[in-house]
Amino acid sequence: MDMKNMRENMGWLYYQYLLITGIYVLEPWEQSIFNTLLFTMVAMVIYTSYVFVPIHVRLALEFCMISPITYGHFFAINVLVITG
Amino acid sequence: MIRTDEHHSCNGTLKCHSDQKQQESNSLKNGYHRKETVQKNGKGDGFHQPRVRGEDSFEEAPMYVAVLTYMGYGIVILFGYFRDFLRAVGLEKCHQAQEREEQKDFVPLYQDFENFYKRNLYMRVRDNWNRPICSLPGPVFDVMERVSDDYNWTFRLTGKTVENVINMGSYNYLGFAENNVDFLKTVAEETRQYGVGVCSTRQELGNFSIHEKLERLVAEFLGVESAMAFGMGFATNSMNIPALVGKSCLILSDELNHTSLILGARLSGATIRVFKHNNMQSLEKLLKEAICSGQPRTHRAWKKILIMVEGIYSMEGSLVRLPEILALKKKYKAYLFLDEAHSIGAVGPTGRGVTEHFGVDPNEVDVLMGTFTKSFGATGGYIAGKKELVDYLRSHSHSAVYATAMSPPVVEQIIRAIKCIMGVDGTTEGQRRVRQLSENMCYFRSRLKEMGFIVYGNQDSPVVPLLLYLPGKVGAFSRAMLKRKIGVVVVGFPATPITEARARFCVSAAHTREMLDKVLQSLDELGDHIRVKFSRHRPSHRQELYNETDFELDS
Repeated sequence: MDMKNMRENMGWLYYQYLLITGIYVLEPWEQSIFNTLLFTMVAMVIYTSYVFVPIHVRLALEFCMISPITYGHFFAINVLVITG
Repeated sequence: MIRTDEHHSCNGTLKCHSDQKQQESNSLKNGYHRKETVQKNGKGDGFHQPRVRGEDSFEEAPMYVAVLTYMGYGIVILFGYFRDFLRAVGLEKCHQAQEREEQKDFVPLYQDFENFYKRNLYMRVRDNWNRPICSLPGPVFDVMERVSDDYNWTFRLTGKTVENVINMGSYNYLGFAENNVDFLKTVAEETRQYGVGVCSTRQELGNFSIHEKLERLVAEFLGVESAMAFGMGFATNSMNIPALVGKSCLILSDELNHTSLILGARLSGATIRVFKHNNMQSLEKLLKEAICSGQPRTHRAWKKILIMVEGIYSMEGSLVRLPEILALKKKYKAYLFLDEAHSIGAVGPTGRGVTEHFGVDPNEVDVLMGTFTKSFGATGGYIAGKKELVDYLRSHSHSAVYATAMSPPVVEQIIRAIKCIMGVDGTTEGQRRVRQLSENMCYFRSRLKEMGFIVYGNQDSPVVPLLLYLPGKVGAFSRAMLKRKIGVVVVGFPATPITEARARFCVSAAHTREMLDKVLQSLDELGDHIRVKFSRHRPSHRQELYNETDFELDS
């Protein structure tokens, strides 16, 4: 039953995504194109953030001459906010 | 219920009970009244005060809704450009009209935004409009099922009909779109006497006695001196406004006026200035400016200043601010043209329109216009007012001179509908319908607001627009409602602002409480499924009735 509920939920979420982005009105092959493009972009963003964000964070902390060991959990949030 | 800051002056409390007809002289009025009455009453029937005009609600949706709407439109427009590119390159067949090969170098015919929109946005969801109906448009009707094999470019009928679809889109406010044989006896008799075709214009040989009877009846119904009826509601506006105003006149028209009014104003050749919807400050500013500066270059006074408003605006469901406009009109000596297409028969305690709703004398409005299409279940329109005005229109209006007169069965249908509403035919059916409509619309609107939908308009209007905003949800909503056997009208971009797509419900007196409940329940489920309940003003839930079995009376 849980699997069925999950599937129904995922189906409803996909339907919401179709409605909100306006893709609902397009033909199926256009929907596939858009989904592919979106998925590619999201995958690229995730890959880039996985590869580069820790390095940038470490560099930023070193620039502020703060060692992440001592004051890490106080300043980490601020730094992330400032560096964007 | 009367607020103290009302703009118009209230007359005394008791009005003339006995006679329904407006006296010519208006000198004697029964009942108590103050000596210095500024405002005469209309045909009061004695038991209502001039109603306070409730506030129009135009709730704004949260910001993310507007952002998502624009994003949705943006994505679909991008895909539209992509498909146009494919069609231009030749990878895809163009189903729409195209220029011929020899004309490819001429000025392009189909490149403007309107055609782009039609090709790429409208065609995709086109199956929600122009649905063929195969029964009369009463409270329930039958829709013919149609499918499309090539994404709405062509349709074919499967031959099956979807029966008993609840009709929430027809302008059948008082339920006169019926085929009950008893009610239609007089119509059949008149058809037998006059036939169906008129074969002439009013001015030539098409002026039947039944037309004169209709006009007298309409004048009596509205409480004015005289009226004239035309064959088509749209043509009533577009063909008569040019006869009333001309080149050095000024027309002040509301932002959201109907196309027929705009077309009539443009055809007349007068200068048109637009004031913000129902905004009296904007109107006053325009009036002041017009009177002070006069015509654009010569600064001569305007020959006529005509204020054009509608009784109920059909896309918003908002009511006109009649007392304020009348005060402005008197102060600045302008004329008023009131288009009561949706409000005649549907608003007011006895169905006589916004003039009765506000307790205003209909003789104060210079030109009363209305249509018979909505509440009377027929076709055509009328213009009513002073006798001189109507006599002038009889000879100078394009519609009167060139258009064929109304067909006799239609005229008789209007006559019987008016007689029913007035109660002249001896039954209380008309008044029952007017009251039922008022009840239905209050119930429907308040339930929708409770559920959390954003609904525009005044609480006294039978038109209930429910906002959907996002372009994807518009198509989904209409199709899902048809699947649940409810027929609704959804309206999108050119007719409404681009961010405010809506579904427009027209409540009818013929709807029973069960039908409305079924519609409301479907709307509730669908609203949750599609997520269109954007309202942030949730009223408190009504208390659940106690379940009998849980209630212990004896301890």
